[in-house]
Amino acid sequence: MFDGIKRRVVSLWFPRLASDRILRARPVDGPFVLTFSQNNANRVYCLNEAAEARGLYRGMSFSDARAFCPDLSSRPADPPADQRFLSLLRRWATRWCPWVGFDGEDGLVLDITGAAHLFGGETAMTDAMGAHLATAGLSVRIGLGNTRGASWAKAHFGSDAILEELPVAALRLEPETVTALKRMGLCSIGQLAAAPRAPLARRFGPGLMLRLDQALGHQPEQISPAPEPPHYAVRMTLPDPIGLEADVMAGTERLLDRLCATLKDNQTGARMLCLTLRRVDQEAQSVELRLARPLRDPARILPLFQRGVAEVDAGFGIDQLRLEAVQVEPMPPEQVTHVNDVGGRPPGRLDDLITRIGTRIGLENVLRFLPADSHIPERSFIIAPAAYSEPQGNWVASRPRPIILFPPEPIAATGDRPPAQFRWRRMALTTGRVTGPERIAPEWWLDDPNWRSGLRDYWRVETRQGRRLWMFYTPQNPGWFVHGEFP
Amino acid sequence: MIWVRGRWLPERLYPFGVGGFDPSGLVLVQTEDQTDALAVAEDALRDGTVPFVVLEVTAPISLTAGRRLQLAAKAGGTTGICLTPEGMGSNAAETRWHCVPVFDPQESTLQCWTLTKNKSGTLGAWHVRWDQEARRIAVVSPARE
Repeated sequence: MFDGIKRRVVSLWFPRLASDRILRARPVDGPFVLTFSQNNANRVYCLNEAAEARGLYRGMSFSDARAFCPDLSSRPADPPADQRFLSLLRRWATRWCPWVGFDGEDGLVLDITGAAHLFGGETAMTDAMGAHLATAGLSVRIGLGNTRGASWAKAHFGSDAILEELPVAALRLEPETVTALKRMGLCSIGQLAAAPRAPLARRFGPGLMLRLDQALGHQPEQISPAPEPPHYAVRMTLPDPIGLEADVMAGTERLLDRLCATLKDNQTGARMLCLTLRRVDQEAQSVELRLARPLRDPARILPLFQRGVAEVDAGFGIDQLRLEAVQVEPMPPEQVTHVNDVGGRPPGRLDDLITRIGTRIGLENVLRFLPADSHIPERSFIIAPAAYSEPQGNWVASRPRPIILFPPEPIAATGDRPPAQFRWRRMALTTGRVTGPERIAPEWWLDDPNWRSGLRDYWRVETRQGRRLWMFYTPQNPGWFVHGEFP
Repeated sequence: MIWVRGRWLPERLYPFGVGGFDPSGLVLVQTEDQTDALAVAEDALRDGTVPFVVLEVTAPISLTAGRRLQLAAKAGGTTGICLTPEGMGSNAAETRWHCVPVFDPQESTLQCWTLTKNKSGTLGAWHVRWDQEARRIAVVSPARE
């Protein structure tokens, strides 16, 4: 090898990953397939050994498969879940060596250079891997080689064979290339390696020679370990149980410092925190904190825990604290400017207040008005949770608008001008002055049940008794309604 | 500004009709019951982050609750306004006002504000109107009969 150390690579191939994943949870006797809808046809995505023995194969149509095999049981496939399962396996595989990467959609590749002796040698190690995976109910094929290409070839085409005797398909080539090589009489890797390189490179391009060199170790090939996702949880175990609120807060402060350092390294901020307090009697109590803004400042988060911690029943004492950022959001570093500092107050105090109110009554009940693009009075604004929106909007109306809106309340009146006298909410009112009408048409592209009565002519009616009402008349479906009130 | 109100109330504040301040700075808090509303209002008053806290109540406030709000407002340096139904004001309040719109043939924003309780002064009644250009309240002398 290039660096003088002999690399050893293990390739794990899970030929039936998807079906094994399902069958682990609920085993099925007899043939079983996973189906996948492709081009309006249900096709076999993955199948178990019993189904393979009955002559089914991947990619065949599901109706054919059922005709072959009437007692076939099936489930729909879920490729994203398979990928999640494979990443779990990748995490598991780091118990053998630290350098584990994905290999396609159903394989892992492990660089075990310098790690095999910890498990009693390479053979013992691969045997242990196979035994573990077999216990977990996964069928696996293991290849061990000096290069990534060689180990892949041995995993897919027989682990005991010599690399040179394996067919050319073991070089991870396109099917067309394999067919063409076979027609030329080059069936095994050894034959291909012995053939003159220049004509082959001219005919098949550099890809073929690259794959060959990678398998034989003349060209390097990387194994990229997938990055570990950041882990936003810290815990502290105490030698003696604690029970005082101040002690728990002091412990929380220490945890927060560590958690916020992690958040800062990853440029994220916590949106939802969960503090779990384990008592001596193994009972666990948790304090949830939902924040109005992503935060990673321990000094600001800590006081917000005060209320939740005060409610915890410590029992005989708490001996473990665990703090987890359940929900995080990206939070790039911000330039601190004087603009953020409104009126000499430190910024973000309103967010803290919203968080404190939110811990009492729920963050979804703290709301804010946002403008909406509509001329219908009820729909010209929306009410959104303040924690997930920014203040915005130019709230200037071109015409006078009432300060209070209520669901339209019918009054007894006729005619297209406001009545001189009417009763509303058990009050007898006399019209003093009217302004209007202002016609508002319903949005025909939205079917709003409140606007089924059609057009509305809005009038501002000032009564001699003092109340100023916003009334409307519906000419298409005659009737008078009171919709709002002016100050 | 924070506006605390019960979730069950059918009336809604219409932000386009609010003339005196910018509704984008308004935080609306909807509560399940009046106990929550009082607690939230007390929190907001004591915090002092927002200069105004408006609380809408539907049931009479006890003297204890009113006094707590009063002390919280004092601690936070915040002005709290409690909108009460007729005759349900708390005795702990600093002042109590009764506001009604008044019909006036010339003017369409005239209101009559009556000070019905004042801990540190005299009572009185004023006719006021809203001045849209200056965005302030102007006191007008009531028209004589």
